[in-house]
Amino acid sequence: MTGNLLSLAIWLPVVAGLVVLATGGDKNAPVARWLALIGALASFLVTIPLYTGFDSYHGGMQFEELKPWIEALNINYHLGVDGLSMFFVILNSFTTLMVVLAGWQVIEKRVAQYMAAFLIMSGLINGAFAALDAILFYVFFEAMLIPMYLIIGVWGGPRRVYASVKFFLYTLLGSLLTLVAFIYLYYQSGGSFDIASYHRLPLTMAAQTLLLVAFFFAFAVKVPMWPVHTWLPDAHVEAPTGGSMVLAAITLKLGAYGFLRFALPIAPDASREYAWVFVALSLVAVVYIGMVALVQTDMKKLVAYSSISHMGFVTLGFFMFGGVAGKELNAWAVEGALVQMISHGFVSAAMFFCIGVMYDRVHSRKIADYGGVANKMPIFAAFMMLFAMANSGLPATSGFAGEFMVVLGAVQVNFWYAVAAATTLIFGAAYTLWMYKRVIFGDVANENVAELKDVNAREFLVLAILAVAVLGMGLYPKPFTDVMHQSVNDLIWHVSQSKLPQLP
Amino acid sequence: MNWTSLNPWVATPEIFLLCAVCAILLLDLFISDAKRGVTYVLTLLTLLVTGVLVASGVSAPAEYGYSESFLVDPLSSYAKLTMIVGVALVLVYGRSYAKARGLYRGELFTLSMFSLLGMMVMASAVNFLTLYVGLELMSLSIYAMVALNRDSVASTEAAMKYFVLGALASGMLLYGMSMLYGATGSLDVFKVAAAIQSGAANQLLVVFGLVFVVTGLGFKFGAVPFHMWVPDVYQGAPTPMTQLISTAPKVAVLVLALRVLAQGLEGFAPDWRGMLMILAVLSIALGNLTAIAQSNIKRMLGYSTISHMGFVLLGLLVANVNGYAASFFYVVSYVLMGAAGFGILMLLSRAGFEAEQINDLKGLNQRSPWFALMMLFVMFSMAGIPVFLGFFAKLSVLKELVNMHLVWLAVFAVIFSLIGAFYYLRIVKVMYFDDAESHEPLQASLDAKVVLSVNCALLLVLGLMPNQLMSVLIDAVQRSIVVVAY
Repeated sequence: MTGNLLSLAIWLPVVAGLVVLATGGDKNAPVARWLALIGALASFLVTIPLYTGFDSYHGGMQFEELKPWIEALNINYHLGVDGLSMFFVILNSFTTLMVVLAGWQVIEKRVAQYMAAFLIMSGLINGAFAALDAILFYVFFEAMLIPMYLIIGVWGGPRRVYASVKFFLYTLLGSLLTLVAFIYLYYQSGGSFDIASYHRLPLTMAAQTLLLVAFFFAFAVKVPMWPVHTWLPDAHVEAPTGGSMVLAAITLKLGAYGFLRFALPIAPDASREYAWVFVALSLVAVVYIGMVALVQTDMKKLVAYSSISHMGFVTLGFFMFGGVAGKELNAWAVEGALVQMISHGFVSAAMFFCIGVMYDRVHSRKIADYGGVANKMPIFAAFMMLFAMANSGLPATSGFAGEFMVVLGAVQVNFWYAVAAATTLIFGAAYTLWMYKRVIFGDVANENVAELKDVNAREFLVLAILAVAVLGMGLYPKPFTDVMHQSVNDLIWHVSQSKLPQLP
Repeated sequence: MNWTSLNPWVATPEIFLLCAVCAILLLDLFISDAKRGVTYVLTLLTLLVTGVLVASGVSAPAEYGYSESFLVDPLSSYAKLTMIVGVALVLVYGRSYAKARGLYRGELFTLSMFSLLGMMVMASAVNFLTLYVGLELMSLSIYAMVALNRDSVASTEAAMKYFVLGALASGMLLYGMSMLYGATGSLDVFKVAAAIQSGAANQLLVVFGLVFVVTGLGFKFGAVPFHMWVPDVYQGAPTPMTQLISTAPKVAVLVLALRVLAQGLEGFAPDWRGMLMILAVLSIALGNLTAIAQSNIKRMLGYSTISHMGFVLLGLLVANVNGYAASFFYVVSYVLMGAAGFGILMLLSRAGFEAEQINDLKGLNQRSPWFALMMLFVMFSMAGIPVFLGFFAKLSVLKELVNMHLVWLAVFAVIFSLIGAFYYLRIVKVMYFDDAESHEPLQASLDAKVVLSVNCALLLVLGLMPNQLMSVLIDAVQRSIVVVAY
């Protein structure tokens, strides 16, 4: 059973998705919904043993599976998770469950296709996090674009076509260069697509630099880092609520994960050499995008920009080289960034869900169309208050833990990095709380708001689960950091070793 | 000539096919239009038997016949199997379409089988004259088929263009071959190779001949800058003929290229690599860029074929066995994708209505979710998105390019694949995001629907498990190209 847990985590949602798809037209929508819920719940439950059965003292891969897949090209079906990737498999399955609940009554047309797309995508994303073979990773990484493209395009807003095509082509551009990088590594490593063998491979500085550029294109677009972030606000604004939740909570993390799994260990010397580029771009994202978020009039766009800003924190944390002679990554920063990734998964999903709840009632995302929502929806307002606080990084919420650790790490490396990064605590609070004030507080602004009804049981359930997650992680992040500790240390040690070939 | 060197039964499948075509040709004279189904069934049976005959010899070692002008090796056998499948798919998908347009006549079946015979001869020919005879038999049959709808101005125009340019290309090829003959004193591929290797051949003359041969091949592949006929013929020809043109003959032309360039002119690889590189780069760039501007889907698929052939040429120009294998795998994958794409277009057409504008696919997801999904498979496979077959075809070509230190070509190909993805995505967009304008149910016979579904599903299944197909084809090419007699 534990032997193929990861396969189960990947294929169970895919199969469930196919079953849901088979229910056909909207006549059978209730069946499709229940099947999707059962499928998502089962898929979530099979990922729990990944945590309970995880050996925290072991930094290497666990739950490994290795079978030949395409022998002609030496591609293997090689799966495994370590402390860096394990949480994302669980987080992804969890988010999918939330998405199924979130779309329960809201999606009225082509319900089966909607649910199926999310379930299949969930399986593919799990595959990308668990893949230990470069081509296998690439296959999952690309294939998940297809359901996302359909989700944005079919169930999205008025400019959905533009947004979906932009999303697809932008992300494809980056990943195609990675494919060439993988093929190059295949020959350098003597005919292997095994990611671990790439980690050990000595590479010249020139080769590392080119590889880093290729990885940068793939993963920076996905994260997204400034200045290749422009697809994200469009995609978020047009995507249905569920699409935004998955996009923000999971797929962005895949980009950051790519840096940890590929860029840093495969090209450590180049990463060290050009860390300043990543730091600079991350700080631009944190500060500049934070300011951009301040002036948004569309709630979804605001949260989208806030995601970019928060993800800037993550990439900042990954490239904090300090220690002796600036060779070592800062452990606080890396772990903080990982915590921030998980936390942002919960918080951004919750924020998008909150906006979705209001949008379903008023059919507007404009801040100006709201005001005084608290008068009509007190329970909702309380929940959203919590999530807004978490988004601005208030202590005791999950948003605080990660950001604090990253800032702590940054201080050790360079005080001024930390100062710039810490401005997010101001900007984050400013744009989130200001939006919250304009939307929730005040007098009832118009008739639409006057007719609002508070959350129903289903919405309450989603909000409550997310609230527990946000608070739990903020109050007691130790279970999360414990698990990733050993893997992070291994990574830091690995990255500190030069991979340049020794001159004879 | 003696009886052993004749070895006539090495061509059993071709002989059977020829006899069967003649029999069907005669039989069809006595069959009324209402009973044309008999011809259809007999044709498919003939193809099946031919396929079985080819398949039975697939693992045998290479064997010569007809005084060493005819070679049956694994490469030719797998190429023939692919061609047979390609032609059979044309007939299955095209049946309802042809019926509705008065094309459902004996000529459709006999001509397509004659063209198949030509292709099969091409696949096995290792003598320039045999190659040329096969090529002409294939081409002339196809010219006639394009003009089959003789009352249609577009079709006759397409046929005329195709014929004139095709004849020109054949002339170029023949002229090039005659120069090679002059330089080496032989028409036999392997003797040409031996003459070049021994240094007896006139270098200048060979290079001249090579230029003409590559030009002729470029025409037949439809590679830029010899692609002018492709969009017009694709658009003008009746859709089954378009499907035929875009699938099986590409396999035959690839084998021809392998015979002449890889086996015959191996010693001049540095020269033809450069030429193919120009053709490939231009094809990929122009094919993908121009396809974006098309509103006619047949034309769009025409330009898309051009870019796919660019990828095939990329594999060829690697000029080693693995590169050839990658090209062969690519072209076989392309036959499956191309057939499925045109198959869906024919499924959407009905009497008096030609599905050939991109807008005709609008809202297909509402009309038929199943076939919308199938078309989605085809489009993503053509765009090279995993996990579909097309991705692994592209991957195997890119892999060989990087191995030959042609990373810049790989990056170039990859960037234009991205541009290519845009127009494939547009088809998906039209099918899924737009509302249907017509709610006519899809009219097609059950067999076409079933075969089409299997064909499209294969793109996914072979994408999930490409190992078998890939290793079989790679192995076939490796066993065949190494076999250098003399």
